[in-house]
Amino acid sequence: MKCVGKNVLRAEGEDKVTGRAKYIDDLSFPGMIYGHTVRSSVARGRILSVARDPAFDWGGFTLVDHRAIPPGGRNIVAMIVEDQPFLAVDEVRHREEPILLIAHADPERLAEAVAHIEVHYAPEPAVLDLEHATTVLKELTISKGDLEQGFAQADRVVEGSYFTGAQEQLYIEPNGVIAVPGVDGKSITVYGSMQCPYYVQRALRLLLGLDETQVRVVQTTTGGGFGGKEEYPSILAGHAALLACAAGRPVKMVYDRLEDLVATTKRHPARIRHRTGVQRDGTLVAMEIEVDLDGGAYVTLSPVVLSRASIHATGPYRAPHVRVRGRVLQTNTPPTGAFRGFGAPQSQFGIELHMDRIAEELGIDPVALRQKNLYASGDVTATGQRLDGSVSAHEVLERALQRHVKKKRPKKKDGLLRGTGVATFFHGSGFTGGGEVKLASRAGIELTPRNVRLLVGSTEIGQGTRTMHAQIVADTLAIPYEWVETADPDTARVPDSGPTVASRTCMVVGRILQRAALDLQQALGPYRTPDEFRRRSRKLLAKRPALQFIAQYDRPGDIRWDDATYQGDAYGAYAWGCNIADVEVDPITYQARCTRLTAVIDIGKAIHPLLACGQIEGGSLQAVGWALYEEVVMRDGRMANGQLTNYIIPTTLDTPEILVELVENPYPHGPFGAKGVGECPVDGPAAAILNAIRQATGVRLNAIPATPEKIMQAMDAR
Amino acid sequence: MKITLTLNRKRRTVDVSPLERLLDTLRGALGLTGTKEGCGEGECGACTVLLDGKPVNSCLVPTAQCSGAAITTIEGLAPRGKLHKLQRAFLECGGAQCGICTPGMILAASALPDRPTREQIRTGLAGNLCRCTGYEKIYDAVGVALGTKK
Repeated sequence: MKCVGKNVLRAEGEDKVTGRAKYIDDLSFPGMIYGHTVRSSVARGRILSVARDPAFDWGGFTLVDHRAIPPGGRNIVAMIVEDQPFLAVDEVRHREEPILLIAHADPERLAEAVAHIEVHYAPEPAVLDLEHATTVLKELTISKGDLEQGFAQADRVVEGSYFTGAQEQLYIEPNGVIAVPGVDGKSITVYGSMQCPYYVQRALRLLLGLDETQVRVVQTTTGGGFGGKEEYPSILAGHAALLACAAGRPVKMVYDRLEDLVATTKRHPARIRHRTGVQRDGTLVAMEIEVDLDGGAYVTLSPVVLSRASIHATGPYRAPHVRVRGRVLQTNTPPTGAFRGFGAPQSQFGIELHMDRIAEELGIDPVALRQKNLYASGDVTATGQRLDGSVSAHEVLERALQRHVKKKRPKKKDGLLRGTGVATFFHGSGFTGGGEVKLASRAGIELTPRNVRLLVGSTEIGQGTRTMHAQIVADTLAIPYEWVETADPDTARVPDSGPTVASRTCMVVGRILQRAALDLQQALGPYRTPDEFRRRSRKLLAKRPALQFIAQYDRPGDIRWDDATYQGDAYGAYAWGCNIADVEVDPITYQARCTRLTAVIDIGKAIHPLLACGQIEGGSLQAVGWALYEEVVMRDGRMANGQLTNYIIPTTLDTPEILVELVENPYPHGPFGAKGVGECPVDGPAAAILNAIRQATGVRLNAIPATPEKIMQAMDAR
Repeated sequence: MKITLTLNRKRRTVDVSPLERLLDTLRGALGLTGTKEGCGEGECGACTVLLDGKPVNSCLVPTAQCSGAAITTIEGLAPRGKLHKLQRAFLECGGAQCGICTPGMILAASALPDRPTREQIRTGLAGNLCRCTGYEKIYDAVGVALGTKK
């Protein structure tokens, strides 16, 4: 009867394959009207005036600017630093910054009206990219050993700089919410596509000056997130709520693709510099690393992205002397934000290209160089974390080499240049450092006469939260999977389980649910069969309709972290991975294609192997897109290719054969040994592909996306 | 203008403005929200429906062009309460994750020939974007449903 490790049917799968699942744009409320955002058309400047065309008929419209924020509320998006307004007051710091909101019952009239609003600015000089940025929003240093001593021991010093571009999450369902004002005028309910209902609730409370009983947030079926619906929905929900309060009617705001692309967050563009001291035999002795991220105009979540980027910047390699300096720089572009991997893909792209450069300079095989330096159990990381147990860096590399059997070259000469590249990587599961302790997440179980219901704030965004959580609880209680159902993530019904981010939903929240299940078991007393479980449940419930068991995050005893020195156990556990990529480059069109990608990843335990493989395949392909196709072209601070016609994500025809192998090296504090899986797959493919392009063409690219233009320039420059 | 068409095997008459998109008519007047909008420019395929048996992007088709045509949406693929073999295979093989591309993907796949090769599946689905799966589990699902030879 055990279901962990089995491919049970996805909990909400039937609703999705039949089209019955209701996404935000499928919902409608009586009296509902539509909202739109008027945005800045300059990258930086002072707002001189906002003028409405007096000749236009403004009857039936609701217009709202920053003055509509009620007394007691604040014009601040609740995040780490209080710097970002919901609506600009007298200055704008980036293109597409929200200034004015407008709503009407007829979407066509709404679109017409927008053309009759004119904003006048006094433009100011703007910084539009990382190269020109000087204002530091956040800086941190990680130190281990003595860098000078390390370089003194080195036979050789290898330097390199590496660049990654912005990337759009490109969930197929754009951002959208519906705000429904309460009849009392003092409460609001927001439905929407989102990853973190409690983030949205917190943002609305601050904006409207309401308490948690007055703000209810409900996640609707969400068509993909990938980080793009972590922090941004707070802003959109705030806008819809302001309009709904002003109009006294439900307001729907669903972005079209253009608005979603130009206005919402992207993956941070990054510049990674390496200076590495290495001995003749390939031993790394000193690593000096600089990680610079483009944070855009406001701080948003950038300090946390920087933290993860910096901790992962060494890659999964031991070195006695390390210094990582990380910075987030400010530019006058729309704020960058969460995207699957959260800084780690950028910094590990840097180290993985750099490892191949070191190998080449030393005349050592890139695989052998990695084997010499990969972490093993007992090694100590740059933050001073001693890695014990569940360290699989060597194993994933060995298994990837076995799995990625060389293919015979085609007999016919087709003129294509071929190469194979490798990347090894790791990914910390859960919040960085003391984050999980601060979150103090809660989740629980409701016992009803009919079944067991999960009360969890973690959201299903396609990754399989509902299915996997139900499996964990079913097996912990030794009852059938079908007996476990999940309450909709609704802040009025479920506790705050922390955000659905950071590869934490299985390892951290799954563990909390498991503990709640154990509490329930204790209350029931011993039972031997599911039927006995049911009898005892009914007895325990007696005349009560339901009984709740809520558990809270409990820090595994051996974890410690010091935020001031950046020393300690950065993460409870790490997933370990290796990619090997085959690439073909056409010497006439300069188009590079990834034809085969092997991904071997240690995730501790696959609660649901099919879903876990799906995560790895999907994450891998996003990284292939980032490596080869997805280019955010910025012009005057605005994305110039805000359409799927020219922002290219991989189609079926661009997709390599993806070979996935799961490694299960259990983490004792994860449910059934599970670690995180969601983000790790994005860390390696881009570097493996660029290393393969180097082998295929002989040219060294140091930036992605590796578009035909970049490959042509590099090949022509030889 | 009044347009009469066959929707999921039933005759329906709708009153639409001349340039209204089929996507909006389906989701609006006809009340079928299983067809999704992902881009509104014919790139993502989330709004795919069958028009006289052929997959089209309903965001690019004016309803006025559909007079007398037969439209199949995800709601009409299988008899009520039953799953089409593609729907069952997507469910069992992990072909649906977030699910927003799934109705369009399944309709596009339903227009493939029987026992398609992997290459035919890839080509047939090239107009339907999925950001979750990396497409592998979708190929598997289509292969299982339509009897692709290994």
